[in-house]
Amino acid sequence: MSATARSIAVGEGEVTLESATAEVTTRVCPNGPVLVRGADAVRDEDGTLHPATRPVVAVCACAKSQRMPWCDGTHKVVRRG
Amino acid sequence: MHLPAPRGPLSAHLVDVLAGEVVLDATSVAAARAAAGTSAPLTDDDLHLSLWMLYELHYRGFDGVDDGWEWEPQLLAVRRELETVYERALRTACRKAVDAGVAAAGPDADLPEQLFGLVSSFDGPSLAKHLHREATAEQFKEVLVHRSIYQLKEADPHTWTIPRLPDGPKVALVELQYDEYGAGRAHRQHAHLFAEGMATCGLDRTYGAYVDAVPGLTLALSNAMSLFGLHRRLRGASVGHLAALEATSSLPCKKYVGGIRRLDLPEEIAEYFDEHVEADAVHEQVAVRDICGALVEQQPELRTEVLFGAAACLLTDSLLAEHVLTSWQLGLGSLRQPQQTEAVA
Ligand code: FES
Ligand SMILES: [Fe+2]
Ligand SMILES: [Fe+2]
Repeated sequence: MSATARSIAVGEGEVTLESATAEVTTRVCPNGPVLVRGADAVRDEDGTLHPATRPVVAVCACAKSQRMPWCDGTHKVVRRG
Repeated sequence: MHLPAPRGPLSAHLVDVLAGEVVLDATSVAAARAAAGTSAPLTDDDLHLSLWMLYELHYRGFDGVDDGWEWEPQLLAVRRELETVYERALRTACRKAVDAGVAAAGPDADLPEQLFGLVSSFDGPSLAKHLHREATAEQFKEVLVHRSIYQLKEADPHTWTIPRLPDGPKVALVELQYDEYGAGRAHRQHAHLFAEGMATCGLDRTYGAYVDAVPGLTLALSNAMSLFGLHRRLRGASVGHLAALEATSSLPCKKYVGGIRRLDLPEEIAEYFDEHVEADAVHEQVAVRDICGALVEQQPELRTEVLFGAAACLLTDSLLAEHVLTSWQLGLGSLRQPQQTEAVA
């Protein structure tokens, strides 16, 4: 369930995880975001770096969030009833 | 914090006992039994104020009240009378919602899917929607007053559950709670953000300042969390409660922020809700999957308890929303009126 990965698919695109250590883990939540532990920041496709300020962050995978790259719960409105 | 104004025979008796004016004896348990006989155990003022007082002995205590009361066996006997009826009433009231949630998730669903199914199938009025589009600034502040009962001790009730969990779910709960407590930054602690927001709205940020102003059902909401948190037996319900709390936060908090901007309320209170849009999008996944899902994988017998706790969260929250919205529809405030506060004192 957890794996080390350096990039996450977001809709058609992807974001890159930046970390000073090798210990980044990701966990895909079905119909939801990807939980990321151990990343210092997420770099989006424009090259903008978004620092991770909490011990675990949720990276939006549905591309519908209004706070990219972070999940804001919008996936529920989009995919679920 | 001061002892509250009593709201009936039992709370009056307990206030006197804690203030050292009368002794605790067999009549106390009899008074508790009488209060427990209420026809409205989910909302009764005397029952829930009494229970709230007894629980607060485990959190911050009261000015001038001996801390030793916390583990006084006769006082615990009083507490048990109240807890028994409240827990029973919650279980009865939650049964239908749990069944509907499980059915909505389908026969092959795992616990996380059942939890999300329960949350999305739960039918309750939306306070957030009203705050977003219609509420006045005064009404918004009323909601902050209701919420202050829990939000000023935000995260504390579920923290009781940490040592009661097996390793994996325990690590996940600590991770979540660490974020609730500001992730190492005191000024980012959620209870602190809420207190700052209250103060900038002209409200009293002191812990317990509004206890006399809120109805029994607001205290009941806090009591459910304390009940689950203080009993190891109810650890499944406690984490289920947390999961539902987190899973009903991101989208409503976004609406709260919209309402705050519409009403031009201070940025500090927007900050509290804004933080929760992002934080709780993380927390709901951690709570549903890494805490509840992992716990039930290890201890399958806790599945129905987790679902019960989640339903109890949704139910107590919807009782409050219903009360607030109904009061407003009638052109009334949702807080207790001053004369109501004094009449029973
Ligand atoms: S995964 Fe896109 S908003 Fe949650
Ligand atoms: Fe929080
Ligand atoms: Fe949270």
